Formats: sequence, C-alpha cells, structure tokens
Amino acid sequence: MKYIDEYRDKDIVLMLAKEIKKASTKPIRLMEVCGGHTMSIQKYGIPYLLPETVELISGPGCPVCVTSRSYIDRAVAYSRLEDVIITTYGDLIRVPGSTSSLDKEKAKGADIRIVYSILDALMIAKENRHKKIVFLGIGFETTAPSSAAGIIKAQMAGISNFYVYSAHKVMPPAMETLIDEGVLIDGYIGPGHVSTITGEGIYMNIPEKFGLGVVISGFEPVDLMQSILMLVRQFENADPKVEIEYTRAVKPEGNIKAQEMLDEVFEYRDDWWRGLGVLKNSGLKIREKYAMYDAEEQIEVEVEELKEPKGCICGDILRGVNKPKDCKLFGNVCTPSNPVGSCMVSSEGSCAAYYLYNR
Amino acid sequence: MCLSLPGKILSIDDSSELRMAVVDFGGVQREICVEWLPEAGIGDYVLAHVGTALTVLDEKSALESIEALTELSKVLEEEEKNNPLNI
Ligand code: SF4
Repeated sequence: MKYIDEYRDKDIVLMLAKEIKKASTKPIRLMEVCGGHTMSIQKYGIPYLLPETVELISGPGCPVCVTSRSYIDRAVAYSRLEDVIITTYGDLIRVPGSTSSLDKEKAKGADIRIVYSILDALMIAKENRHKKIVFLGIGFETTAPSSAAGIIKAQMAGISNFYVYSAHKVMPPAMETLIDEGVLIDGYIGPGHVSTITGEGIYMNIPEKFGLGVVISGFEPVDLMQSILMLVRQFENADPKVEIEYTRAVKPEGNIKAQEMLDEVFEYRDDWWRGLGVLKNSGLKIREKYAMYDAEEQIEVEVEELKEPKGCICGDILRGVNKPKDCKLFGNVCTPSNPVGSCMVSSEGSCAAYYLYNR
Repeated sequence: MCLSLPGKILSIDDSSELRMAVVDFGGVQREICVEWLPEAGIGDYVLAHVGTALTVLDEKSALESIEALTELSKVLEEEEKNNPLNI
C-alpha cells in the first residue's frame, strides 16, 4: 500500500539501527506517548534493534487505558435506560467497569451499537426519533474534532435526540505532568496523529520549560527508528527541540479547520487520568452553547459506586514507572480474553501489546 | 484509538452539511468526511480516522524522505565496503 510499504524497508531500518548505535554514547530513556506507537514498537521488535544505551518506555497515550472506570459505569447506567441507544467505537465495548461492561449489558439485551464514525450514530438518531442516542466520545485531539463535527451536523440537520458523553482528553498536560513528577524521561516520541490536528505548537513548553526533546513520529518501523535517531542526536548535542519526523502527514500548524471546530464545541475542564490523577485543563467538556447535545447535562442517571481492581498496576505502567511484566497478574490472571485492567483490553494498551508480541 | 490509514480519494460530494468523499483503502471503499480539508481533491491521499480525514498526505515530502534514506543507506554500505574494519 502506498505510504506504508516504503516505510517498512528492512535495509533502511537496519541502516538506521547502525546510525543510532553510532550516535548514542550516554544512556537515554525515551517515552512513546501514543498507544499506537507502543503497538508498532512491540510488533516490529524495535527494542531489539536498539543499543543498550537506548531504552523505550510506554506512556499515557491510550485513551481507553487512562479513562476512569466511572465513565464506563455511567455508560452502563445509560444503557440500562429503556429509551436509550448507546453508540460507541468498538474499543470501549469490553472495557470493565466497576461491576459490569457494555459487552455484558449488550448480552443482557441493552441496545448498544458499535459504529465506525459519529456520522453513523447520527443516522441511527435520525431513524429512531423516539429514542435518545448517546454517543460515547472518547479519544484525544485526533478523535475529539470528529465528535465536534457530529454535534455541529446534528444542529444543522435538526436532530435533537442525539447526545455525546464526552471523555475526550488533550495530550500536553499529561506529558508535562510526567516530567514534573520526576519520571525519568530524556525525550518524547510525540504522537503522530494527534499532531496532524494540533500541529507542533502544543509541545513547545517541553523543550523550553523542561529541557526535553519531542520528535513527532509516524507509525512504521522506518518512522520510529528515524525519530529515535533524531532524539538521540538532540540528547547527545544537548539541543532539545520539537521536530517533525512525520512530515508527510503533520504540518507545523496542524489542521486549522479541525482546531476551529474543536474550539467551537468544546472547552477545557480538569479531568482524571489513570496513573496521573486529576490534571488541570486536560479534559474536554461540551460548551454551554451546545448543552442540548451533552449527555451529562441532559440525561440523569444513577451510577454505581466506583470499584478499582485489586493488584492491577496499569496506572504505574501508564506513568512509565513499571512495565507490564512487573505486574503479577500479567499473562496468567489477566489476558486479552479475560482482562483485569484497561491496559489489557485496548489493543494499544501496553499490557495487550506486550502480551501479543513480547511475552 | 488514534490509528489511522492512508487512502485515495475517488470522488467528492459537497452537497450536504459536511464535505464528504469516497476513499479507497487498498481495495475497500468508504465514505469519509473531508470537511476540514478544503484543499483535498480527487486522487489525493488522505489519512482517515473514525470516518474523518485528518490530513492530506504530502507526496513530495514522502518521496524526499525515503529517497534521502535510501541514498544514505547506499553511501554507508559503500563506506563499509571500502573500510571493512571500521578504522
Ligand atoms: S496485566 Fe492486567 S492487571 Fe496487570 S497491569 Fe496490566 S491490565 Fe492491570
């Protein structure tokens, strides 16, 4: 496939491996923020291509992993209402809540439908005017503008039985908090698809305030090796900055129209992240102007008490202080078919990625 | 979650509330929202995520980066041939 095959070229990957080895003299720890990167890194065995000096750790960029169980609990509670149809991306369906999951509710007869896009959810709303359609809006800056577009389209098309339940979050507060909390990181492999929307500007604080480099990377092996090489060079030259490796997709200014749409519909709010706690201005709430589409404002429901699973260290893994293999439950009690924590459910969760490719 | 695939735009429809396009992903065709990409035209490659195109892929930049890497790879191979002991 064009734009993919050439970035899997083995000779180029091996050449880059040699270059990294040549360039790296001091130990360096790089965090891949994005869950999609974690998956690619494990899938292509990137850690085995790197010299001993370069260590990769995974970060908090897996939306399903960082989202609170109470979000799932509330979605479950919505699904139990007679007049509600839940529409969701497939990622959320198996995520455990405190005592149930959307999957289990669906088996019991709740009307829960997996959609490919929010526009499909709008179609369902159009066809079921007597029902309330709740769309589970989860994801970072990559996904959130689509939710904004859905709300704007609902307004233009006069669809009034459509609600978004937002768990949308933004990346930079988490990246800054990790450094602030003293997690040992020498540079960030920056999220590629988030950056197609935001551009490079959102990361400027990281070199300027914290002295760490950020290289915005694509998802193929050549991209990742090239980004690692760029970060190693920055580190060796003590020259931290924001650079774009993924130039074929990311423009420095990002996608302005998508940013405008996001800003039109959403405002920042403090939000809770697994492993990091409540981070200031890290979540996205639907603005008052669009409150009629906000499930939290419009649909009252009683939600069960929050229970977190015992023994799961998913939070520490998201913070980069532990790896999946440090968890006693990994691979025995907790597996993708019987996940205990959210890091094992999401295909881009670190535990799932390690289970699949690096057991 | 943030996964995204490159696909080629086959046709564009500007008639509804949001700008839509039919995009081919290696043989599978889907209707994708291209509202944020006023510059996107037929034949362009876009990256799509949850039914929305995020960005138009820049062919020139893609070609240049791969060519530069292939070139560098050759130069290094030559160097190694001429200097097998890395002295
Ligand atoms: S292996 Fe399972 S229980 Fe352990 S940290 Fe990962 S998700 Fe949690």
